[in-house]
Amino acid sequence: MAETMTNGPSQTYVGTRTIRPDGVDKVTGRARFGADFNLPGQLIGRVLRSPHPHARIVSIDTSKAEALPGVKAVITRDDFADQSSEFIPAGEMMMNYKDVVRNVMAREKALYEGHAVAAVAATSVAIARRALKLIDVKYEVLPHVIDVVEAMRPDAPLLHDDLFTAGVEPKPEQPSNIAKRVEIVLGDIEAGFRKADVIVEREFKTAPVHQGYIEPHAALASVSEDGATELWCSTQGHFIVRAHCARLLGLDIGKVRVTATEIGGGFGGKTVVYLEPLAIALSRKAKRPVKMVMSREEVFKASGPTSGATVRVKMGATKDGKFVAGFAELKYQAGAFQGSPVQPGVMCAYAPYDIENVKVIGYDVVSNRPKVAAYRAPGAPISEFAVESVVDEIAKKLDIDPIDLRMQNAAREGTKAAYGPKLGPIGMEETLNAIKKTEHWNAPLRKWQGRGVASGFWFNIGGETSASLTVNEDGTVSLMAGTPDIGGLRASLAMVAADELGVPYDKVRPIIGDTGSLGFNFLTGGSRSAFSGSMAIVEAAKQIKTELCARACKLWDLKPDQVEFAGGQVKALGAAAEKFKPMSIADFAKVAGKTGGPIGGYGRINAQGAGPSLGTHLVDLEVDPETGRVTILKYTVAQDAGRAIHPSYVEGQFQGGAVQGIGWALNEEYIYGADGKLQNAGFLDYRMPVASDVPMIDAIIVEVANPKHPYGVRGVGETPIVPPLGAIANAMEAATGIRFTELPMSPPKVLKALKERGATKV
Amino acid sequence: MAKHHVETTVNGDEVEFLCETEETLLDVLRDTLHLTGSKEGCASGDCGACSVMLDGRLVCSCLVLGCEVGGRRVETIEGMATGEKLHPLQQRFLEHAALQCGICTPGFLVASKALLERTPDPSEHEIRYWLAGNLCRCTGYDKIVSAVMDAAATMRKG
Repeated sequence: MAETMTNGPSQTYVGTRTIRPDGVDKVTGRARFGADFNLPGQLIGRVLRSPHPHARIVSIDTSKAEALPGVKAVITRDDFADQSSEFIPAGEMMMNYKDVVRNVMAREKALYEGHAVAAVAATSVAIARRALKLIDVKYEVLPHVIDVVEAMRPDAPLLHDDLFTAGVEPKPEQPSNIAKRVEIVLGDIEAGFRKADVIVEREFKTAPVHQGYIEPHAALASVSEDGATELWCSTQGHFIVRAHCARLLGLDIGKVRVTATEIGGGFGGKTVVYLEPLAIALSRKAKRPVKMVMSREEVFKASGPTSGATVRVKMGATKDGKFVAGFAELKYQAGAFQGSPVQPGVMCAYAPYDIENVKVIGYDVVSNRPKVAAYRAPGAPISEFAVESVVDEIAKKLDIDPIDLRMQNAAREGTKAAYGPKLGPIGMEETLNAIKKTEHWNAPLRKWQGRGVASGFWFNIGGETSASLTVNEDGTVSLMAGTPDIGGLRASLAMVAADELGVPYDKVRPIIGDTGSLGFNFLTGGSRSAFSGSMAIVEAAKQIKTELCARACKLWDLKPDQVEFAGGQVKALGAAAEKFKPMSIADFAKVAGKTGGPIGGYGRINAQGAGPSLGTHLVDLEVDPETGRVTILKYTVAQDAGRAIHPSYVEGQFQGGAVQGIGWALNEEYIYGADGKLQNAGFLDYRMPVASDVPMIDAIIVEVANPKHPYGVRGVGETPIVPPLGAIANAMEAATGIRFTELPMSPPKVLKALKERGATKV
Repeated sequence: MAKHHVETTVNGDEVEFLCETEETLLDVLRDTLHLTGSKEGCASGDCGACSVMLDGRLVCSCLVLGCEVGGRRVETIEGMATGEKLHPLQQRFLEHAALQCGICTPGFLVASKALLERTPDPSEHEIRYWLAGNLCRCTGYDKIVSAVMDAAATMRKG
C-alpha cells in the first residue's frame, strides 16, 4: 500500500479493528433511535397529505377536527410565515427557504402526491387519524407532469409561475419548469472531437431511487410557555435542523435545543427537515410534547429520493486510446422544488479522467414528485454511470483492455480537473492497479455471464466542526462530537483521541453532544464526519498536551523547552529528566484542582483540504435468459481511503455503497401511474437488495495519503455508490452483447431487450 | 369496545397488558411494555426489523396482533444476552463490525439466533436465504453473514 503520513503520535489504535463504543447498546436493543423517545404527557402527531400530484388548495377547514375531543392542536399553512427567496447551503445542496416552508407544508398548491397539507396532535393515534379525516380540504386539481423531458416542454403543466431559468442569457421572459442551466467547460470541445478517431454518443435514462434507510423519520418536540424548545430527532445534522426550525418558526436559535438520537440510516436523506418543524409547531400550539413518526409509505411519498435523469454523453478518443473530448448533457429531476444535484453531477462526470476538452451542461428540472434530497455522492452516480458506459464502449471499439484504457487516461496529481482545481495526489491509478491484481480479474466466466469494471469519483468535503475532549478526575477521557454517528464515527474519533493522548482506547468515552453542548457543526454528509471530526479532535488534544506541559513546567519549575509530551506522558528533558518522574494524564487528573482546574480541549475548526476519493469496482454477473433476472456472482471494490482509521468500517462503507449501487442498477425505481401517483411506496414493491441477492463484497483499501489531513484521511462514505451502475451495465453488455442504457436493468426490461434482439445466443 | 386483557410471557417474565384489537404485538412491545429494541421499519412484514420469537417461531411482530399472544411465549432482543454475557451472535456482530447504523441489528440477531437453533452449521447460501426477510441498507450484508458463520462455529464448539 502507498505511503501513509504518521505525523505526530504513534498509532496504536488508528488502523486497527477496535470494538465500537456504542456497539453493545446496538446489539442489545438498548440504543435509542428516533421513535424510541417518549415524554410524559406527549401527544401523537399525524400529517394529512395531498392525494393529488398537482392541485391548487382552495380552502382548508379544520374546525371539525379541532372540535373532536382529544385533539389538542391542528396546523396548516397559516401557522408558518412565508419566507423570502434566498439560497442557503443544506447538506451538499443549496436550499431556498421560500421552497422549504412550502415543502414542509403546502401553501398555494400541493405539488406532489403525499405533500403535507395539515397536521394534528391528539391524545391517541386513533383520535389523530379520525381528526385527519375531519379536515376539509378543497382542491382544484391541476394537470401534472412526472417525467423530466416532458416537464421541460414549453406546453408542460407549470409548477411555479415565478420560476425563470437561471444561468441563461438573456433571462427568459416566460416561467418554465427548468430552474437552472449549469455548464462547465475545459479546453475546446469541438477541436477535441476533430482530433478523435472514434466517437461514441449515447443517451441514458435513470430512475429516481430512494435512500432506503430502514428507520423512518421521527421527531419528538416539547415547547414550553416561554418558548424554550427541545427536539429529539433522527437526523444527519442536528445543528442544521435547529437552524431550519428556528428560521421556519421564528425562534431564537439559542432557545432551541436539538438532540440527535441514534440514527437508523440516512445516506443524505436526513439532511433536511420534514416532521421537525411540524412537531415544534404543534407542540407550541398544544403546550404539550408532540411525537411524530412517518410510516414507510410516507417516507417513500414525502421524503427525498434522488433524481431520475436523462443524460446524453458523447466522447472522443484517438485510435491509440487517448481521450480527447468529453461532452455531456444532464437533465435531472429536482422534484417539486428546484435543487437537484445536477451541479455535482456535472462536475463529477469526467472527474476520474485527464481530458483536455470537456463540456458538460446540466438542467435542474422541477416536476410533480417529492423534492429530491441528497443521496450518497449526490448526482455523481448518474453522470458517471453514463460516462463509464461510454468508456467501456470505446475500449471495445479500440480493442483496448478497459482497465488499461482507464489507466492511460486516469486523473492523477497535477491533472487540471474540468470542474476547476488542479488535483492533489489521488488514487485512481492505484485502485485500477489493485483491481487488475485480483484473482477476480482473471477468473473464468461461463455462458450468460459477464464481467464489468467502472471507476468513480467524489470530492468529499470538510467544513465547520466542533468537538471537545475532557479529562475526567480519574484520567479517563470524555469525547464529545456534534455530527451524528451513522456508521462508526464515535469509534474512529475515540481511536484518534486515544492515539493523540496516549491513553487506552477503552478509557475514551465518546458521545454525540446536543446543540447546546458544542459550537456549530455542519452535518454528517459529504463524507466529512470522520475527516473533519478527527481534525477537530487532534486540535482539542493539542490544547490538552500544551496545557499539561505548562502545568508540568509550573510543578517542576522548568522552562517550556525543558518538557515534552510523548507516549501519553509529560517528561522533563535533559538534566531534569532524572529529577522528575514523568506524569501521565491520570497523574495530572489527580491534581487538576491544585494545578489550574479542569483539563480539556476544544477543537473548533473549519476543516479544509478534504481529498477526493477514487474507487474502481469489478463485477461478475449472470443473466437468466428465461426470466431476465440478473444474479451478481462476484464483486470487488478497490477504493482510496487516504488512511483507514478503522478498516472494518471503511470496508463496510465500500460494501454498503456497492450494494446500494447494485439495487440502483438492477431493481430500484419510483413507478408512477398515469394518475401521477406512486405505485410502489413500500419495501415489497420497491425492491432493495436482500442478503440472498448479493455475494460477499471483497473490499480492497488503497491508501494514498491525503497530505492535508494529519493522519492522511480521506472521506470514504460516498464514492462506493458511484461505480456500481456503470460496472454492472458494462458486465451486462459482456454477458448479453446488449448495451443497456436505461436503469434499472430489472427483469422485465432485460427480458424485453433479449427478446427484441431475437436470438438468445451470446 | 373494551380493551383486551392479555397475559403472556416475554423473555421469561410473566406480563399482562391491555390492548386495542388493532394494536400489533410490535405496538404492545414498544408502547405498552417499553421494550423498544424491536423496531418498526415498514409495518408490513417486509423489513424484519421487528423480528421476535413467538413460541419458538420467528415472526414479524408487526404482523401479529397483541391480543393473539395470550398464554404464549414471546422472546425479543432484550432477552438475548444472559446476565452480563452477550450471546455469541451479539459478540460476533461487534467483532465483525456487522452493524453500521444499527437499526436493523436487533431483527438480524433474533432471526440469526432462530436459524442457528435449527441449523447449527449453515452454509453461506442458507444464511443469505434465511436472512432474506431482514433488510439492511448500510452493510451490504457481507459482515453480517461473516458474523453469523463465525458465531455458528463458536456455538458448535459449545
